[in-house]
Amino acid sequence: MGDESAGAGVLIEAVGLRKVHTPRGGGEATEAVAGIDFRVHRGEAFGFLGPNGAGKSTTMRMVAAVSPVSGGTLRVLGMDPKTHGPAIRARLGSVPQDDTLDTELTVRENLLVYGRYFGLPRAEIRERATQLLDFARLVDKADEQVEALSGGMRRRLTIARSLVNRPDILLLDEPTTGLDPQARHLLWERLFRLKQEGVTLLLTTHYMDEAEQLCDRLVVMDHGRIVAQGTPRGLIAGHCTREVLELRFDDQEAAAGKIRHLGDRQEKLPDRLLVYADDGEDALKAVHRTGVEPLTALVRRSGLEDVFLTLTGRTLVD
Amino acid sequence: MAPALREFCYWMDRYRRVWRGTVVISVANPLLFLAAMGAGLGKLVDANHSGHLTGTPYLDFLAPGLLAAAAMQTGVIEATFPVFQSARSGGNYPAAAATPMRPVDILGGHLLFVAFRVLLSGLLFLAVVVAFGVVGPARALLAAGPVLLTGMAFAAPLMGWAVGVDRQSRLNGLYRFVVMPLYMFSGTFFPISQLPHWLRSVATCTPLYQGVALTRGAGLGGSHPGATAVHVGYLLALTAAGVWAARRSYTRRLNR
Amino acid sequence: MLRALWRSPAVAGPAALVERNLVIYRHTWYLLLAEVFEPVLYLLSMGVGIGALVGHVPGLGGGDPSVGYVDFVAPALLATAAMNGAMNETTFNIYGKLKMLHTYDSILATPLRIRDVALGEVAWALLRGTAVTVVFGAAVAAFGLLHSPWAVLILPGSLLIAFAFAAAGLAVVTYIRSWQDFQLVQLVMLPMFLFATTFYPLGVYARPVQIAVECLPLYQSIELVREPSLGVMNAGVGLAALYLLVFGALSMALALHRLERTLVP
Repeated sequence: MGDESAGAGVLIEAVGLRKVHTPRGGGEATEAVAGIDFRVHRGEAFGFLGPNGAGKSTTMRMVAAVSPVSGGTLRVLGMDPKTHGPAIRARLGSVPQDDTLDTELTVRENLLVYGRYFGLPRAEIRERATQLLDFARLVDKADEQVEALSGGMRRRLTIARSLVNRPDILLLDEPTTGLDPQARHLLWERLFRLKQEGVTLLLTTHYMDEAEQLCDRLVVMDHGRIVAQGTPRGLIAGHCTREVLELRFDDQEAAAGKIRHLGDRQEKLPDRLLVYADDGEDALKAVHRTGVEPLTALVRRSGLEDVFLTLTGRTLVD
Repeated sequence: MAPALREFCYWMDRYRRVWRGTVVISVANPLLFLAAMGAGLGKLVDANHSGHLTGTPYLDFLAPGLLAAAAMQTGVIEATFPVFQSARSGGNYPAAAATPMRPVDILGGHLLFVAFRVLLSGLLFLAVVVAFGVVGPARALLAAGPVLLTGMAFAAPLMGWAVGVDRQSRLNGLYRFVVMPLYMFSGTFFPISQLPHWLRSVATCTPLYQGVALTRGAGLGGSHPGATAVHVGYLLALTAAGVWAARRSYTRRLNR
Repeated sequence: MLRALWRSPAVAGPAALVERNLVIYRHTWYLLLAEVFEPVLYLLSMGVGIGALVGHVPGLGGGDPSVGYVDFVAPALLATAAMNGAMNETTFNIYGKLKMLHTYDSILATPLRIRDVALGEVAWALLRGTAVTVVFGAAVAAFGLLHSPWAVLILPGSLLIAFAFAAAGLAVVTYIRSWQDFQLVQLVMLPMFLFATTFYPLGVYARPVQIAVECLPLYQSIELVREPSLGVMNAGVGLAALYLLVFGALSMALALHRLERTLVP
């Protein structure tokens, strides 16, 4: 049990994975995950990128052996979540989207009690808790009530808690949503350290910078399907130009007509026009040559946001 | 519309959503207690002829006592939990205080609503008492005044207290350690003449005893005018002092 | 052998949940005294006041033909305390954990299963109910209201009562949609408390009403405690125990079935 039979170092394998939500008491069933395939290898950081409602969290909950699979096959650590839920969960760490900390317990008690759910000996958990409080930079908050913690602290405690059983795989559902920039960077740094220690990371996000920073490989999801996959660089190279020129106009319709021929491709958004080109400055000069005067013009490197926009015609965060 | 009436309307609007449940409870509670304690236990009590009740059937003795105690309970509950919730950030009070309403208007409107609740559940209780044949409808109406007075003598001071309370456990504590003992030992279930002497003097001074005595006098008749004046004076004074104190604490709490 | 059993997941899972509640209880143990305060008040009120009005309670089969009123009421209050202690835990507290605190979301991400959670919570509620009974029982004994060596049976009896009502509470809480719904629970619990021979014997009722009352789980609970504490041992006690065992087991099965439906996303 637990051997990675599906090829060397494959920890998670999904084939045609589906999840259908049937509302209680009748009503129309909705397909949250509509048949997806992916593989996660030992030691890698694997990301799900997509807007809200794309099916990322649902996929995570199925991998976490919390939510039953509706169709297709899923193997986690070589086991079937349907039959080996507890054995799989024993080797996972889970950081859900909303911090599900035990608000009736103090910070340290959260770690101690959680460790007991894994059947770990008390002495071992006590030692582990001290290490984890240090890791999460919460040593001086150890005896506080959870309610007294800031959002960033809570998230770090949730991550510390998920590590109490030394998991093989760490699942992180939107780990930095709602955090301020400083808290985000601290969290990224901690996650990067875990990755270096060999923990396999599986995370969802709708932040491009987060996916580019943390993920070795990622899939882009939309409406329950995978629309692209690869490394962050590979995705950008495959679906985008090197640079993007962002233009804002008084009268976008009129301006767009005059510069329609510029760049490899263009994308019209309600408030601005994106011109995809390998050299953005060149494209900007070309714009000026047509006599069109943009209100603002910005040349930037292209990113995953642009990949997503290219694939779906919509922005990630509305 | 006067500002206080606006606050009253807010509470009535909220009440409109839950009134069915509260009416059922307000009828079911006296019905069950009078059936079990009055009629059921009453059989044993009346058969025993202990002399403590001076010949009054137990049901007749119990009904006005329970009525006053229920008025206390309604007054206490309405004046504590909703006030505590409303005074917290995100509650109705800070929202209302951000409008032209003054703290005293907020207090006035809410107090009016509490009075409405006490009177409504008191009248429903009285309907049940009449159905049990304890008193006629006319006499029952006479008891409405004492019921209202008893409820407000508890509600007014407690609203002033609850608006400044920081933890809900204090409200539970009040209920458990103050309201319940009053309920048991203020002449509701048995005459206080049965209490040990020292405890009897304590019981006499409690607002619930005053309310029970007043209600019982109105319900059973034969009350001494002097005693009635004392009961009414006591309860009115407590209500007035409560309103005065609540004005101060509402102003302090909502103007900061 | 025992050690191995203790470590097996079937026991260790629920035990971990009991341990969680115990960690919290360390900070709030004084609530136990608050919970005992109410039945003690009832007892005092009976002893000082209503007892004198009632005098003696006639006609309890087999034993003393007339029992003092307080001796009659005390065992019923004991049974009620065990019931409330256990049921408050699995109704109010678990409702809060299900709907407000979402305590179980994170627990079910660990190896624990829904049935571990359910068994753990019932085991904890059972401990709470028994603790309340023991403390209140000590008060009852101190008032000199226990008259028979059979009274030691109150302890296993209260365990059984606590189990039955903890399981029933857990089944009930899965149907509750909002705090308003607890009024409906009260609407069932209050009449049961008042009419299940807590304050006067079954003989007061007409025969058809007697049969209805005998079907109430609280009536059976009171029988289970009252008879031994008055020194009356008869088949009724065994029947009450059997009733509560079956009632608890059925409630537990229903609770598990319902939780499997509500907790799985």
